[in-house]
Amino acid sequence: MYVAVKGGETAIDNAHRLMAEERRGAPATPELSLDQIAGQLGLAVDRVMTEGSVYDRELAALALKQAQGDVVEAVFLLRAYRTTLPRFGASEPLDTAAMAIRRRISSAFKDLPGGQVLGPTYDYTHRLLDFALAEGGDPAPAALAPEPLDAAMPRVADVLGQQGLIEDNPAGDESPGDLTRQPLNFPAGRDLRLQNLARGDEGFLLALAYSSQRGYGNTHPFAGEIRMGNVAVELVPEELGFAIEIGEIAVTECQMINQFKGSKTRPPQFTRGYGLAFGRSERKAMAMALVDRSLRAGELGEDATSPVQDEEFVLAHSDSVEASGFVQHLKLPHYVDFQSELELIRRLRAGKEAAE
Amino acid sequence: MTHATGYNFAYLDEQTKRMIRRAILKAVAIPGYQVPFGSREMPLPYGWGTGGIQVTAAVIGADDTLKVIDQGADDTTNAVSIRRFFARTAGIATTERTEAATIIQTRHRIPETPLAEGQILVYQVPIPEPLRWLEPRETETRKMHALADYGVMHVKLYEDIARFGRIATTYDYPVLVNGRYLMRPSPIPKFDNPKMHMSPALQLFGAGREKRIYAVPPYTAVKSLDFDDHPFEVQAWDQACALCGATDSFLDEVVTDDKGGRMYVCSDTDYCGRRREAQEAAQ
Amino acid sequence: MSAPLLRVKDLTRLYGARVGCRDVSFDLWPGEVMGIVGESGSGKTTLLSCLSARLEPTAGSVQYDVRGQGLTDIYIMGEPRRRMLMRTDWGIVHQNPRDGLRMGVSAGANVGERLMAVGARHYGDIRARADEWLGKVEIESERLDDLPLTFSGGMLQRLQIARNLVTHPRLVFMDEPTGGLDVSVQARLLDLLRRLVTDLNLAAIIVTHDLAVARLLAHRLMVMKNGEVVESGLTDQVLDDPHHPYTQLLVSSVLMP
Repeated sequence: MYVAVKGGETAIDNAHRLMAEERRGAPATPELSLDQIAGQLGLAVDRVMTEGSVYDRELAALALKQAQGDVVEAVFLLRAYRTTLPRFGASEPLDTAAMAIRRRISSAFKDLPGGQVLGPTYDYTHRLLDFALAEGGDPAPAALAPEPLDAAMPRVADVLGQQGLIEDNPAGDESPGDLTRQPLNFPAGRDLRLQNLARGDEGFLLALAYSSQRGYGNTHPFAGEIRMGNVAVELVPEELGFAIEIGEIAVTECQMINQFKGSKTRPPQFTRGYGLAFGRSERKAMAMALVDRSLRAGELGEDATSPVQDEEFVLAHSDSVEASGFVQHLKLPHYVDFQSELELIRRLRAGKEAAE
Repeated sequence: MTHATGYNFAYLDEQTKRMIRRAILKAVAIPGYQVPFGSREMPLPYGWGTGGIQVTAAVIGADDTLKVIDQGADDTTNAVSIRRFFARTAGIATTERTEAATIIQTRHRIPETPLAEGQILVYQVPIPEPLRWLEPRETETRKMHALADYGVMHVKLYEDIARFGRIATTYDYPVLVNGRYLMRPSPIPKFDNPKMHMSPALQLFGAGREKRIYAVPPYTAVKSLDFDDHPFEVQAWDQACALCGATDSFLDEVVTDDKGGRMYVCSDTDYCGRRREAQEAAQ
Repeated sequence: MSAPLLRVKDLTRLYGARVGCRDVSFDLWPGEVMGIVGESGSGKTTLLSCLSARLEPTAGSVQYDVRGQGLTDIYIMGEPRRRMLMRTDWGIVHQNPRDGLRMGVSAGANVGERLMAVGARHYGDIRARADEWLGKVEIESERLDDLPLTFSGGMLQRLQIARNLVTHPRLVFMDEPTGGLDVSVQARLLDLLRRLVTDLNLAAIIVTHDLAVARLLAHRLMVMKNGEVVESGLTDQVLDDPHHPYTQLLVSSVLMP
C-alpha cells in the first residue's frame, strides 16, 4: 500500500549535516582559517564583497568558506546578511582623485602626470602553471621603488575635461537612489543603473561588455584610466555638520573614454563609461564601464539595437542572486503543475485519436 | 520555541515590515494591481518563496498560527523549510490543519477545506505579470494595465482553441479581478481558480524577486478568462483518491512501478489525512 | 455632412532644427480619400505619423470627429481614449505588413484581435467574423488557422487590411500600401482597396510615391516637398493640370496610364 512521503524535516537536517562534513573535507587536512582565505584568496574575497555589496573582508572570507568556494553562493550569503544590517547614513562621494594609488594605468596616453604605475597585476605573466607554488614557500620580496609615487595623480578624464574634450560628469548633487530599499523601475536613472551593475554578476557583465566589442552595440572604447588603491570614506554626522573620515576602503575604478560624433544637441566630444568595484576587481570594473556606456545609447541619441544597450534586459538579469535562485527553483516540486499538463496532453491526444 | 538569536521577530526589521504593510494596504485597496515594493534579500533563495515569506513576516503576529504548504502538502521539503524559518525567527505556533491556521502560506495550491473570514492566504509568486509572455517589457505591460488593454490575452486563448479545440492553459490561469485588473493567480492549477472567487479570506500575493505585491480582498469577484461558448472549466479525474476515496479534490499521480502502474492521491495532505482519520473513527 | 471627420490645422513637426513637415492644414470629410504624394524625404510619412496619433507634433492640432462628441484634439484626449480610437474607429495599414500583424498567431486571431479588444467574447462569432473578412479580402477559408508566416506578400497585405477593417473603422491611414509588391499583385490589391473603400464608405489617407496609385484611389491630392504642401486639389486637376513646378516635374517624370 502506498503511503504519502513523510519525513521532510529529518531529511533536511541530515542533508545539512552531510554538507557540513563535505565542506570540512578530509579531517586529517588542516582546516582553512578566515585569515588564510582573506589573505591568500584575496581576489575571490574582493569579488564576493563587490557583488555582495558589503565591504568586509572577514565576512566575505567566512561566506567563501561556508560556500566551499562557490562565489555565487558566497555572494548570496553576504547579501542575506546585509539585509539585516541597520543603516545609519550615506557616505560622501568617494574622492578617487585623492586615492592612495597602488596601480594606475592609462591606455589613452603614453605618459601623464604621475606616470603609469603597474602595481600588482597578472597582465604580463605567462600563464604557466607554477609547480613551485604547489610546494609552497615564501616568494622573493618585491622590489621597492627608489622614490615614492608622485603625490599628484590627476584622473585622465579630469585632464581631458579641462579642455572640454570629454563630457562633464552630471552634477550629482541630488542624493542617489538605493535599489536595495526601493524597487527598480524603468527607465532607471544612471545612479540605480550603476548600483545594479556594481552588484551585478561579473560573468554576465563580462559577456555583455564583450558582445559590445564584437559589434553588438559598439561604443568605440579606450581604457582612459584604471586606478586601484585606498580611498578615504567620509561621513557627515548630523550632529556634527562636517565630514569625518570613518575608514579606508580599497577600490578599483575604471573610466572608459568613448568616441562620440555628436548629435543634434551635443557637440562631438568623448563620453564616459564608469566602473567601480571593491578591492582589486579590474575585470569587473572594466566590464561595468563598457556596459554603463552602452546603456547610455538612448540618452546620447544612438541607435539602441543590441542586448547590451537594452536597459530592461541588462538590469533585470544582471543579479546572480536573483538568477541563481530562479534557475534553481526548478528543483522544487512542480507536481501539481506537471499533473495539470499531463492531464491536458492526455486529453489532447485522446481528442486527436478520436478525430482520426 | 525560541527566537533565533540576533534577529528581529519574524526576521525582518520593523521598518521593513511597515514598508511591506504599506504596499499590502495599497494592494488591498486596488484589487489585482501589482504594487512595487522594496523586496529584501532573504536568507532563502529567490524563486523559493521569498515574496510569500516577506508578506507573511510583515503580517504575522505572536498569536498567529501558521500553516505552510507546497503542492498542497505540509511535508514537502520547501514547506518544511519555510515553516521552520518562522518557528525559529518568530516562535509562533504552526499547524497542518487548514481551519486552525490564521495564516496559510502556499505554493501552487489552495487548500481543499474552504477558507473562512479572518484567515489570510499568502501565495508565493514566481512571475506576477500576466502579460509577460505576450510582452516582455515592463514599461509596456504597465501601460497595458493602466489602459485595461487586455485584448491580446484573449488572442492567446483564441489561438489555443483554434489549434487544440480547447483552452490549453492548465495552471497559472489568468483571471480578471473585480472586473478591472488582469492577474496571475500564481501557478495554482486552474482547478483552484473558482476558490478565489468571493473567498471570505484575504488573499495576498508576494513576488520577491520581481518585487511586486498584489491582493484579492475578501468577497471580491475573480473571473477566469474564457469565451461565452468555451466556458472556463476545471480538471476532473476519472479516479478517486486511492487513500481517502475523495472525488472532489485535486489528485496527484504517483508512479508505483516501471510497468505503467499508477495511482492517484490527494495533493492536499491535510484534507486527505483528516478524511482517513474520520473514516477510521467511524469504523 | 455638417462637420469634417478630421480637421488638421497648422501642423508642424520639427526634428531639432530640421523640418519634418510644416504648416499643414486640411479637412477630410467622411468617405473621402486623400492622397499624399511626394518623393522620399518630402515629409509625407512624418505627416501621416502625426495624423495617426503616433508622433506628437511640435505645433498645430489634429482634431477628429469622435462619435457622440464632435471634433476633439487627438493629442489632448489622453492615451486611453486615443488607444480606443486606434483600435475601433481607425485603421493603420503599414507598408510592411509584418509591422501590423502578429506573425506568431493564426490569420483568424489576427483578424479577431480587434473584436476581442473591444469585448467580443464568443469564440464562434469571432471566428465567423474573421472568416467572413478573409473572404472579403480574397483569402480562402482554409487558411483561417494558418500562421501568417506561410502567407505570400500580397496575402499578408490583404490580411493586414482585413485585421484593420473588421471593426468597421471610419478612417484608415495607409503608408505605401502597395510598396514592395509585384506589379500584378499591386493591381489586384488596388482593385480590392478601391472596392472596399467605396463599399464601406471609408475615409482614408494614403501616402504614396506612386502617382498611379494616387490617381486610382484618391479623390483629392496633396503634393509635398521639403516638408510643405506645395499643391493640393482634386486628383484629376492636380495630375492633369499641375500648377506648381515641382508637381509638373513629378507628373512629367511618370508615364501616365
